[in-house]
Amino acid sequence: MSQSTKLPLYITLATFVLAFVLCAAQYPAMASTRVVANLLTDNAFLGITAVGMTFVILSGGIDLSVGSVIAFTGVFLAVILRDTSIHPLVAFALVLLITTGFGAAMGGIIHYLEMPPFIVTLAGMFLMRGLAYVLSTESVPITHEFYDWLQSLYWKAPGGGRFRLTGALMLLTYVAAMIVLHRTRFGQNVYAIGGSAQTAQLMGVPRARTTIGIYAVSGGLAGLAGIVYTLYTSAGYSLATVGVELDAIAAVVIGGTLLSGGSGFVAGTFFGILIMGLIQTYIVFDGTLSSWWTKIVIGGLLFAFIMLQKGLGWATTARIRLLTASDARS
Amino acid sequence: MNILKSLLASAAILVPAVAMAEGETIGFSQIGSESGWRAAETTVTKQQAEERGYDLKFADAQQKQENQIKAIRSFVAQGVDAILLAPVVATGWEEVLEEAKDADIPVILLDRNIDAPEDLYMTAVTSDQVHEGMVAGNWLVEAVGDAECPVVELQGTTGSSPAISRKKGFEEAIAAADNISITRSQTGDFTRAQGKVVMESFLKSEGGENICALYAHNDDMAVGAIQAIKEAGLKPGEDIKIVSIDSVPDIHLAMKAGEANATVELTPNMAGPAFDVLEAYWKDGTMPPKWIQTESKLYTSDDDNAAIYESKKDLGY
Repeated sequence: MSQSTKLPLYITLATFVLAFVLCAAQYPAMASTRVVANLLTDNAFLGITAVGMTFVILSGGIDLSVGSVIAFTGVFLAVILRDTSIHPLVAFALVLLITTGFGAAMGGIIHYLEMPPFIVTLAGMFLMRGLAYVLSTESVPITHEFYDWLQSLYWKAPGGGRFRLTGALMLLTYVAAMIVLHRTRFGQNVYAIGGSAQTAQLMGVPRARTTIGIYAVSGGLAGLAGIVYTLYTSAGYSLATVGVELDAIAAVVIGGTLLSGGSGFVAGTFFGILIMGLIQTYIVFDGTLSSWWTKIVIGGLLFAFIMLQKGLGWATTARIRLLTASDARS
Repeated sequence: MNILKSLLASAAILVPAVAMAEGETIGFSQIGSESGWRAAETTVTKQQAEERGYDLKFADAQQKQENQIKAIRSFVAQGVDAILLAPVVATGWEEVLEEAKDADIPVILLDRNIDAPEDLYMTAVTSDQVHEGMVAGNWLVEAVGDAECPVVELQGTTGSSPAISRKKGFEEAIAAADNISITRSQTGDFTRAQGKVVMESFLKSEGGENICALYAHNDDMAVGAIQAIKEAGLKPGEDIKIVSIDSVPDIHLAMKAGEANATVELTPNMAGPAFDVLEAYWKDGTMPPKWIQTESKLYTSDDDNAAIYESKKDLGY
């Protein structure tokens, strides 16, 4: 990877560190283990979703269904644990199977019917939200001792911060995604398709398998995020997580991944998530700003990063032109 | 990952400095601003906090539970002295309220209750909607005396808990009066437009002279119905008595003009009783009961409705 592809990642990282230092300077309580632990716990489901979204966007696609998949997962788990006596672990496996299969099906439609991902996943979004409503329109509480046990797993740091299982699960997901993207053939294929689908085809990249795999990963991770969300709220609610797909996309772009695909890192997405969480925390700490400022700041950041991507794109083309020109001369 | 490690390390050294010099800090996690009443509740809470010299940290959750959980966690991290929570749903609060309890921060629920063990919150300040319907019914029983009185009812959204409770309370209040009976009852969906449409159909099917009173589950529907009654050539407030619930500014305007007779207030001041409870708790550790019922005050055309309108019109209804 050349320097210019890593530059957005460094900028995201610098933005986060700078923002954290500024926040901590104004509110010393923000530099506490509580806030750090909250950033991980509160953003766990969004963070996991954003990993799947990074895969999709790296391949030049988009997945609008993830928010609905999270809600469906929550309601499905809540209803199945209420009405049957199966163990939550079995229910987890079942729901992950459903969501991964759902993602794979969307990937198959996108590839074989040559449909735009935007339309296919939009349909998926309505489908999953609708299914969640059919299962239950009310918020269904989850009461199971296994859930209580999972929720009791946390490490209480000095200063009162609670590092919970879900936060650790999110970190694990990021590590696993890094390994898959940079150390496996599948990961290389994701980058190749995103760079240029035609070139990838000529290079012998199995496009069908890769596209299906990408959306399966996104669907499966949205399912995992749904499980994390049920641990977060101990309930399944069909109206939950509306618009989370857009937050995930925003985090990916702020993290420096090119919306056109082919370039970016999951590590960037991680800091994108943390930046968004930090803005929300700051607004609550301030207590007088309207919470809609979160959206305004994220909008501003998105715009800045898109401009940055565009600028880098121009710089790279200019340099290539310069290089080819000098090659031709020599 | 290194950055996270060093952050953790530095955070461990920096013990959170939360001590406040003066004036209690209170965090308020509000659902959003989906209705006029909710906006008024926010305004009144801010006013109450200012009057008492509290530093109020306000967080609008935009109708999302995850935002409310995040806000409560941030309040705890900040070390506020108390948290007010108007919960968007009843479920899923145990984990975060346990963290607040662990940090010895009292939590008071406003306007709605939750499904959680009672020891996780100090008290809930809510109105009693059955009681609201009863107050409206009692007023009517007294107002009509012995005269025969067929009543039409505009219900709230079908199946919603305020609609069910307000209907129940009203029916209980008029059960003893044989001269009062509900002849027609239909949903007006809590909206002005539907209130007008349904009232028009009542007037057509029953005939205006056969309707003695209208009971609407909220003021908005009553305001719509007043319009329908006027268009039918009758005098609202005289030919047909009108009683409704909520006490929004516009119904006071109508009462001032003699077009409505009574309204039962759903007070937006839930924070006042909550702050009273907190003050008592901070002073000598008094624990309040688990439920504090707000007053369902009756306003009639005898009150100074112009003044009430003036005091309410800027609250954001």
